[in-house]
Amino acid sequence: MKSHVAHWAMAPALAAALAAALAALPAAAETAPGGVAFDGGAVAASLTGAPGDATAGATVMTTNALGNCVACHELAAMPEVQFQGNIGPALDGAADRWTEAELRGLVVNAKLTFEGTMMPAFYKTDGFIRPGDGYTGKAPTAELPPVLTAQQVEDVVAYLLTLKE
Amino acid sequence: MRLPYRSKLAAASVLAVLAAGAVLADPSPDAELVVNEDIELVTRVAPGPAVEGVLTEVYSGWLYRETETRAMQMDDFDNPAMVFADQGLDMWDTVDGTEGKSCASCHEGIESMKGVRTSMPKMNGAATDLWSMENFINDCRTNRMGAEAWKWNSNDMKNMTSAISLQSRGEPMKVSVEGAAADWWERGKEIYYTRYGQLELACANCHEVNAGNMIRADHLSQGQINGFPTYRLKDAGVVSIHQRFVGCVRDTRAETFAAGSEEFRALELYVASRGEGLSIEGVSVRP
Repeated sequence: MKSHVAHWAMAPALAAALAAALAALPAAAETAPGGVAFDGGAVAASLTGAPGDATAGATVMTTNALGNCVACHELAAMPEVQFQGNIGPALDGAADRWTEAELRGLVVNAKLTFEGTMMPAFYKTDGFIRPGDGYTGKAPTAELPPVLTAQQVEDVVAYLLTLKE
Repeated sequence: MRLPYRSKLAAASVLAVLAAGAVLADPSPDAELVVNEDIELVTRVAPGPAVEGVLTEVYSGWLYRETETRAMQMDDFDNPAMVFADQGLDMWDTVDGTEGKSCASCHEGIESMKGVRTSMPKMNGAATDLWSMENFINDCRTNRMGAEAWKWNSNDMKNMTSAISLQSRGEPMKVSVEGAAADWWERGKEIYYTRYGQLELACANCHEVNAGNMIRADHLSQGQINGFPTYRLKDAGVVSIHQRFVGCVRDTRAETFAAGSEEFRALELYVASRGEGLSIEGVSVRP
């Protein structure tokens, strides 16, 4: 007990410096897939504790092995990307229609916004029927990773936030 | 209205995408499948009992393919699957196993197989199990010929199913879903609508709800199996029905069922019933 009291009694200047140092470390604040706090379908807090990188997000969105959002969504803002799908709604103007928290929730698990939607949940690791080890067709041998990392989700959200008309 | 150049470009590309989508949303409306300028195949039919009220019309996958791919299937000299069907035909007359028999020893000419493909899969003779054509072939091989069973997706098996399917080309799909097959059909239907894998996708998500739409460069068809075995250009080889099922389920980031498994035989029966009335095309050509 005594040592705890001693810790809390440290100099205010040192405490402030420590707090500032922690805030600068986004990894320490990363939210695991099971710990994401939803408000309806929306997720207010950044999964990494920091804003994402829109340029990296554009890569995630157009890379087959990553998000591959364009497989199902048209995006006129990226006319150089060939073979855009038309399963879901076009993404242009997404930031006019949705808030940041709503967009994050849609990427993490769109089924909480649109019940029964075909859109996969990109930051979820349980509740699946016969999940596989990636695209091998085999049973997983370890804990499932989410389709996208917390950082990749935030990068996609950052890109989507640039889609204003 | 004055738009900055980039906006005009974006607007133009939206129009281009929309125009392409309008064209691609439906299968080729006017295409008619006539093979060798002789055999007319039915590629559009009114829904049978399995899909009444679910699909407005039943379409062969052939209608969703590009002009060049469709053309390859219209001439047997251009159809790359024919080489493999010919190898199956050779095998038909080849003696194998301890009993000194070939297929022809019991069945005579392979033309005797006309119509067989239309009713597959079906209950076996003892009505104890649902068998695909592969099961019937292996039953003959092991019990009548004293030969080794072929693996489901082996070249020998696919050559033989190609040769046998070809005898039913132009005949309408019509599987039995009555009696003992009814439970298998129900099981297949449940699988069809189950969202498997980490991407949580059911057959129905792509092939019922989104047939005609594009997933990246793939034009989604109704997933009908009347064209199998099919020569798949992407694989440069003949692909069996269950082989395609494995590929689809794998692409949902799921642990697949095995080729020849109860699950895929049940699914084969259900999917076959959805295509009732379509002509058997096997062997077809797909991208």
